[in-house]
Amino acid sequence: MSIDQIQDGIIADFAFFSDWMEKYEYIIELGKNLPVIDDRYKDEDHLIKGCQSRVWLHADLDGDLVRFTADSDAIITRGIIALLIQVLSNQTPEAIASADLYFIEKIGLKEHLSPTRANGLLSMVKQMKLYGLALATKVNE
Amino acid sequence: METTSKPIQFDVSSIRRQFPLLAETMNGKPLVFLDSAASSQKPQVVLEKIDYYYRHLHANVHRGVYRLSQEATDAYEHGRKVARRFLNAAKEEEIIFVRGTTEAINLVADTYGRKYLNPGDEVIVSGLEHHSNIVPWQLACSHYSAKLRVIPVLDNGTLDLDAFRKLLNDRTKMVAVAHVSNTLGTINPIKEIITLAHDKDIPVMVDGAQAAPHATIDVQALDVDFYAFSGHKVYGPTGIGILYGKQKWLSELPPYQGGGEMIAQVTFDHTTFAELPHKFEAGTPNIAGAVGLGAALEFVMETGRETIASHEAGLLSYATEQLLAIPGLRIYGTAPDKASVISFLLNNVHPYDTGTILDQLGIAVRTGHHCTQPLMDRFGIPGTVRASFGVYNTTEDIDQLVAGVRKAASMLQ
Repeated sequence: MSIDQIQDGIIADFAFFSDWMEKYEYIIELGKNLPVIDDRYKDEDHLIKGCQSRVWLHADLDGDLVRFTADSDAIITRGIIALLIQVLSNQTPEAIASADLYFIEKIGLKEHLSPTRANGLLSMVKQMKLYGLALATKVNE
Repeated sequence: METTSKPIQFDVSSIRRQFPLLAETMNGKPLVFLDSAASSQKPQVVLEKIDYYYRHLHANVHRGVYRLSQEATDAYEHGRKVARRFLNAAKEEEIIFVRGTTEAINLVADTYGRKYLNPGDEVIVSGLEHHSNIVPWQLACSHYSAKLRVIPVLDNGTLDLDAFRKLLNDRTKMVAVAHVSNTLGTINPIKEIITLAHDKDIPVMVDGAQAAPHATIDVQALDVDFYAFSGHKVYGPTGIGILYGKQKWLSELPPYQGGGEMIAQVTFDHTTFAELPHKFEAGTPNIAGAVGLGAALEFVMETGRETIASHEAGLLSYATEQLLAIPGLRIYGTAPDKASVISFLLNNVHPYDTGTILDQLGIAVRTGHHCTQPLMDRFGIPGTVRASFGVYNTTEDIDQLVAGVRKAASMLQ
C-alpha cells in the first residue's frame, strides 16, 4: 500500500471515534502494542531529545524498503510513533522523503507534532525523512 | 508593612470574577487553571491600569520637561514605590526594574562576579534551584575559575542545612538560594541560611520568584543582600520584575548594561554613571510593565498576603489529601513547610501522558522537569506533573484535578 492509502485508512478508522477519550484509548493501545526496539538501539545515538518525552528511532534497509523501529518513554508518544511507523515503514526511501503526512491533522493530533510540545515527535518525523534521503542515496548506489 | 492596606473579607468567587481569563474554555471544557507557578492570570485592575497608561499617560520617562512625560515618569516611579512597600525595602534606590527573576540573577552574577570572583573562590547554590539560579552562577564561576558548590536536598525536599554549614568557608563568595522551590513547593529557611552566611560575611541572593505570590516578604527583617522576583507570577504583566539589592552592594557593583538612562555624563574618553537605581536601568524601560506590576502588587497587598496564604494553604492540604487517596500516586516534596505547589507521579506513568489526558479535560497543569533537571536527577525521575494554586483557585478546581488524575490513571495503567 502507498503512504497515502495507509493514511486514508487511518483517517477512516479515526472517524469512528465519537469523542477524544475513545481516540486516546486507541492511541494508548497502539502504544502498548508497539513492537519493541532492539535494546542496542536505545542509546544516545538513536535518541531524539524532546524536553518532556524521549524518542529512540532506528532505520534499516531491507531490500529497497526502509524498516523503522522506535520507542518512547511516554505511552501516548509511543502510540503516535506506532501510527507514524504504520505509515512510513516498509516504504521506499524516496516515498518517505517526499511524504506529506496529512493524516496527523485530519485525526486531530496536530498539537502533538507542534514544535512547542517538546515531545520529540516533530524531530522524529524530520529524522525519518532524513533517513529516507540518506538511504535513497544508498539504494541508488 | 501592610498597615495602609485593609484586608478584605476573602470571597474566592468575587476574586475569580476579577480574572477574565478564568472564564475561558480549553478543549471545549471550562478551564481549570492550575499552573500559576509558571505564570499567573491577571486581574482586571492590572489590565485596566496598563490600558489607561497607554491611552492617557504614555511618553518616555525621565526625559521630557513636558507634562505628559512627567506623568509617565510618575506612573513608572509609582510602580517602584509600591514594590518598595511590597518588599519593605528601606529605600526606593534599592529597587531595580528588570525583565524578571532571570535577568535579576544574571545581573547580580555578572556584576558581582566581575568585582569579587577570583580563581579558587566558591559560590553556593542549592540542589533544588531553578536553572535560572544555577546557570548564571555557573557562567560566572567558569569565567573566573571559581567553583560552584551545591547544598544537597533531603528525601522530603528540604535542604540539608548541616551540609550547608560545612560548605561555608573562607573561599565562599556568594550564597544563592530559592525562597520557595518551584518544583517541590518547599519553603526554604532563608532567614537561617542568611544568618549562617552572614556569620562568615558572605552575602546571600534569594530567588523569590515562587515566594512573592504567596508570602509576606520583608527584606529588612531577612537582612537579605539581594532578592528577586518576577511580575508575571504575582498577577502582573510579563517582562517586568524586581531586583532588590542593599544600597551598599548596588553602589559597589559595576553597571550591567550600558546605554541611555544609566549615565551621568558621556565623552569618548570616559563615562560616569547615573545614581541608583538608574545605573542598572539602561535604555527605555518597560514603563507599562512597571505600571502593571504596581497595580498587581497593590492588588495582592489589598487582598492581604496572609489571607491569600491561608486560602492557598487550605487548597494545598485539601489537594494533598485528595491526591494521596489515589492508588499509586506519589507526591514529590513533602516538606513540613510548603507553598501551594504539588508535584506528583502516578506509578510508572510518564508525566507527559498524564498531562495530555488532563489537557483534554480542560485542566492546565505543568509537566516535565520544571527547569530543575538536577533536582529530577536527584529523585531519579524524568519529571513530574505539577499542580499549583493561586488566589483564584477553589476546592472545585481540585475536585476536577483529582477526577482527571483518576481518569488518567484508569486510561494509562
